[in-house]
Amino acid sequence: MENAQTLAGQTFVNPSMDSRPTLLEVRDLKVEFNIRGGVIKAVDGLTFDIKRGQTVGIIGESGCGKSVTARAILRMIPKPGRITGGQILYYRYSRYPDRDGAKKDVEVIDLTTLDPDGELIRQIRGGEIAMIFQEPMSSLTPVYTAGTHLNEAITLHRLLPIKRLGDQMVEAITKYRRVTKEEARQIAIEMLRRVGIPKPEQRVDSYPHQLSGGQRQRVMIAIALSTEPYMLIADEPTTALDVSIEAQILDIMRELQQTANMAIMFITHNLGVIASMADEIVVMYMGKQVERAKVVDLFYHPKHPYTQALLQSVPRLGPKTGARLASIEGMVPDPLNLPTGCVFHPRCPAFMPGKCDKLIPSWNKVGENHWARCLLYEE
Amino acid sequence: MAGTSQNGKKGDILLQVNGLKKYFPIQKGLLRRVIGYVKAVDDVSLYVREGETLGLVGESGCGKTTASRSIIRLYEPTAGQVLFRSRVLSPDGQPRMVNLLELNREQMTKVRQEIAMIFQDPINSLNPRMTVADIIAEPMVIHGKYEKGRSEEIIVNLLQRVGLRPDHLRRYPHEFSGGQRQRIGIARALALNPRLVLCDEPVSALDVSIQAQTLNLLQDLQQEFKLSYLFVAHDLSVVQHISDRVAVMYVGKVVEMADSEALYTNPLHPYTEALLSAVPKPDPLYKSERIIMQGDVADPANPPSGCYFHPRCRYAIDRCKTEAPAFRELKPDHWVACHRAEELQLRGI
Repeated sequence: MENAQTLAGQTFVNPSMDSRPTLLEVRDLKVEFNIRGGVIKAVDGLTFDIKRGQTVGIIGESGCGKSVTARAILRMIPKPGRITGGQILYYRYSRYPDRDGAKKDVEVIDLTTLDPDGELIRQIRGGEIAMIFQEPMSSLTPVYTAGTHLNEAITLHRLLPIKRLGDQMVEAITKYRRVTKEEARQIAIEMLRRVGIPKPEQRVDSYPHQLSGGQRQRVMIAIALSTEPYMLIADEPTTALDVSIEAQILDIMRELQQTANMAIMFITHNLGVIASMADEIVVMYMGKQVERAKVVDLFYHPKHPYTQALLQSVPRLGPKTGARLASIEGMVPDPLNLPTGCVFHPRCPAFMPGKCDKLIPSWNKVGENHWARCLLYEE
Repeated sequence: MAGTSQNGKKGDILLQVNGLKKYFPIQKGLLRRVIGYVKAVDDVSLYVREGETLGLVGESGCGKTTASRSIIRLYEPTAGQVLFRSRVLSPDGQPRMVNLLELNREQMTKVRQEIAMIFQDPINSLNPRMTVADIIAEPMVIHGKYEKGRSEEIIVNLLQRVGLRPDHLRRYPHEFSGGQRQRIGIARALALNPRLVLCDEPVSALDVSIQAQTLNLLQDLQQEFKLSYLFVAHDLSVVQHISDRVAVMYVGKVVEMADSEALYTNPLHPYTEALLSAVPKPDPLYKSERIIMQGDVADPANPPSGCYFHPRCRYAIDRCKTEAPAFRELKPDHWVACHRAEELQLRGI
């Protein structure tokens, strides 16, 4: 972001990687959809945190509440969904100091208490926590050029310093102003170059239909990153793309994360992608968090039967064994009519009759930084 | 062409496609003048043996789906030959090679009993106003094979075979989950006891656990009913899992075709190598040297000169820019279209 940074005149607050202060803390989050047929608990008791510069992966099958979690953080849950419990604590680092130059400390905001249309969440949404959506075609407006999309984000969220010579003839930043149209265009072109779009000076004026799928997704990433967010929520960012383009996009994300020390919440159902991206993984099933661990622990020592089954059911590249895939029997249950006890028990290979169908498992610590919601690990 | 020099260790060739082309015209203006062609399928040659699965992989827009639809003439091919070992068209019931592209409408309808199709999108490929029983019965009705009682029994058996319950018969597609709908589509494909099933991305819309169930089901059915599959997919891991042989497509052409083991461990085409290296492995400790292909897939309306892959190929030489490589059998049963296939040492998995 060389050029973009000199334009902005400042870099990110860059704490050392060791300390890794917390950026976002989700505590016992509950999201419900009140529909005619009853109440769907889309997210039920989700707890995790994201440190600055860290990548947390959220995996699970469709309908398990991954995307709803992402939208809850940004307060964009579609009606009739609403947050019915828990907290989302956002540690807000002030990016732009006050007029007197004093840097404010970290301010903790509970995002669940904010007005979803209010001024504060609108500053955070897109500006400090940005999001990339799954469908690169439908998330760009077809009548606007790539540049217009980028300009919107940049003019809304980016401020440029006004430099003034202070008493000791040192440049002091005292005020910020909004970027002008021409500056926004320059930042936009620079961002497109950063995400690897060829001839960005021309591409900035292209409409979405003139771009390929991979290029569109890169434009999405450029929009999300143009505001220099602290955190990026990537909701299945490469699912619609081919492997060769996927590899390019993941590379760009990794590289940008390192230069900007940005946290990433990576939502996917692709275990291969998450293995190469995440530091820590949260596994969800039917709105519940079933396991949380460091990426290596999760892939090598999965504790929850669902995680184990999920890992075994993916076909892997490698010497052909001719063996059948270990599949999870049955189907995802009806969210309006969840099984009693542990929601996974009807499909679970380790089902204990009389226990799993009656008792609701609690969140058990099964190792260093490793938790699972399963009665196998209950005292 | 492809397949003629085969050793006879496996089954006979059931489907042989030679030089298949499908060009879509690009029209412009009031008079719909044709100003060019999208060469969606440009010289595809492949073959499927009796009882085996041929995987057809490639990136989106490379013409996989168009190729499979052209084979069964859902799209009318521009040129080429599709030879199919048909039973129904032969007077004595002995299988005989026929060129599907030369058949008239009536014969084509008849031969479609033997070639079924499973579609990618389990939601849009089922008529929402028909019950499951009607959906599975429809192929039989069309071909005049529906008999009250007997056919109903067949339908119930099929339904149970694909893992659904008989009481699902009177339900409508919207009452099912994605995985179940795909099972209905599979049952429909099997209704006429076909010999070749064209599977167009049958599992790519499904979740991981459901995908595994469906793949297992397809494998079981293949054994049970002696089916041959042309399995179109973009997921290389899935294709490796299910296929005996694999063909790789790039911008309308098959660039490599070989035994699955040989293709994955010892690829001969640089595109296959790059594609394999780009597949994310579900192993956090695996540090791969991924070959990042630069740029995007070439535009089939305006393909590059010479070898279509040369702008993205890291081994390209001058010859690749001018001369299109021929699709040739470099090793027994291992076909490749690359000028440098002999000299390159490519990395598999």
